[in-house]
Amino acid sequence: MFITLLGEHFVHTALLAGAVVAVVAGAIGVFVVTRGLSFAVHAISELGFTGATGALVLGLDPVLGVLGGSLAVGAALGVLSLRGRERDSAIGAVLAFGLGIGVLFLSLYQGYATAATNLLFGSIVGVDDAQLRNLAIVAAIVLVALALLYRPLHFAAIDPEVAAARGVPVAALSVAVFLLVALTTAEAIQVVGVLLVLTLVITPAAAAQRLTVRPGLTFLLSICIALVSTEGGILLSLAKSWPTSFFISTLSFAFYAAARVASARRGG
Amino acid sequence: MTVVAVEDLALRFDDRELWHDLTFAVERGEFLAVLGPNGAGKTSLLRVLLGQLEPTRGRVVLDRSRIGYVPQQRVFDRDLPLRGRDLVRFGLDGNRWGIARLASPDRGRIEAAIAAVGATTLADAPIGRLSGGEQQRLRVAQALVSDPSLLLADEPLLSLDLAYQQVIVRLLDERRRSAGTPVVFVTHDVNPILSAVDRVLYLGPDGWAIGGVDDVLTTETLSRLYGTAIDVLRVRGRVVVVGTPDAEHVHHVH
Repeated sequence: MFITLLGEHFVHTALLAGAVVAVVAGAIGVFVVTRGLSFAVHAISELGFTGATGALVLGLDPVLGVLGGSLAVGAALGVLSLRGRERDSAIGAVLAFGLGIGVLFLSLYQGYATAATNLLFGSIVGVDDAQLRNLAIVAAIVLVALALLYRPLHFAAIDPEVAAARGVPVAALSVAVFLLVALTTAEAIQVVGVLLVLTLVITPAAAAQRLTVRPGLTFLLSICIALVSTEGGILLSLAKSWPTSFFISTLSFAFYAAARVASARRGG
Repeated sequence: MTVVAVEDLALRFDDRELWHDLTFAVERGEFLAVLGPNGAGKTSLLRVLLGQLEPTRGRVVLDRSRIGYVPQQRVFDRDLPLRGRDLVRFGLDGNRWGIARLASPDRGRIEAAIAAVGATTLADAPIGRLSGGEQQRLRVAQALVSDPSLLLADEPLLSLDLAYQQVIVRLLDERRRSAGTPVVFVTHDVNPILSAVDRVLYLGPDGWAIGGVDDVLTTETLSRLYGTAIDVLRVRGRVVVVGTPDAEHVHHVH
């Protein structure tokens, strides 16, 4: 059964889509964790859900809705550039409101309920060739942007005052980060679903940062952990037909737990 | 040659005016100390020079493309995934686009800057695990490695012991002598920098004054700037100010 599945085209597509999303999520995750944006990522992804349900009601492709919702919130968060407690409560308030709208859209939508379930919990095996191509295009955009912005982005994330003094456009970069996070989130939603985006965008980077303080190595480890968790999760779900998202989140959490134990042993 | 020109500058927060009609110039190679009690607007002045704070009136003229900035101490998060050498490297290429490996001359410059602040053995440790003083030394290395045309330092000697205070002052002094980079040095205590400082800008509650140490740090001038009787004494080469309402000043006795 498992071996026959490995020959199926939809499995190859799923594995490729998983790899594409894992690489992007693992890379941007490092910036998300360094800037303390975990909650913002959660909000962006839940409002991606609102966008998707809105698209369903209008008879549009839900993926477009995800992109629209995520980008709108990402842009708003970036432009407002709130800090600390204020950002936390503002995100909470907007997130709850947006989700409420999503619930309304869902009740208005007369189609299959599986569309909503897939959005919430992911549907990697349902990815077709056209979607895979779109995932790859968005991933390429995010990775190229990250590479171009890497040094000033890193500088501004860690040391914004001095970065600004050196002429780094700190405010513009903050908007850019949120937009890239929104694009990544919209990607990850298609693999693990709205509720589990953090398992690819936060957990691998958080684990990597426990293992090393070298910036380059942090990215490499984060991407590897995201990649192994995603591909491993997809393969495990072929062997035992439990949800893919369960396996992915379990694997990535196992890496995180192991990394914490390892760093605690080093006296961290 | 004038590197920084400040003309008729005023800064007001709500209904409190920090200073007004502030006019001075910083010349190439000059070491200028900015003194004054807490809340006198010393840090705000640096932020105006950096272009991060808009003055209420007046203008500043300077080239902001190569400023070496040592900000007021803000200790890094314990778990921040960054080494001391990464922080110093930001000063060299943190503002450039793209990803690049360090060329070996640049690597050498970073090592030299780290060695100059006596931090070679600290450079590979996570920055958040270093003491406040150790982080501060790396910040000075970060500012110097950028080959700055102007150095702005905000209380850079805070939490340094006497020996390292002297190391940092000597480094800044050398830089301005060899490269002509002027230093604007905000501090609450002039004594550690007495040997290096050319002029003092004193921001008081009732006005400001600029000039040599012996012209500004006098009983007469400070009494005028505070609007109350202040005594300035010289004790074994140290400047001691008595009578300022600012508790910190009395405590530090400078």
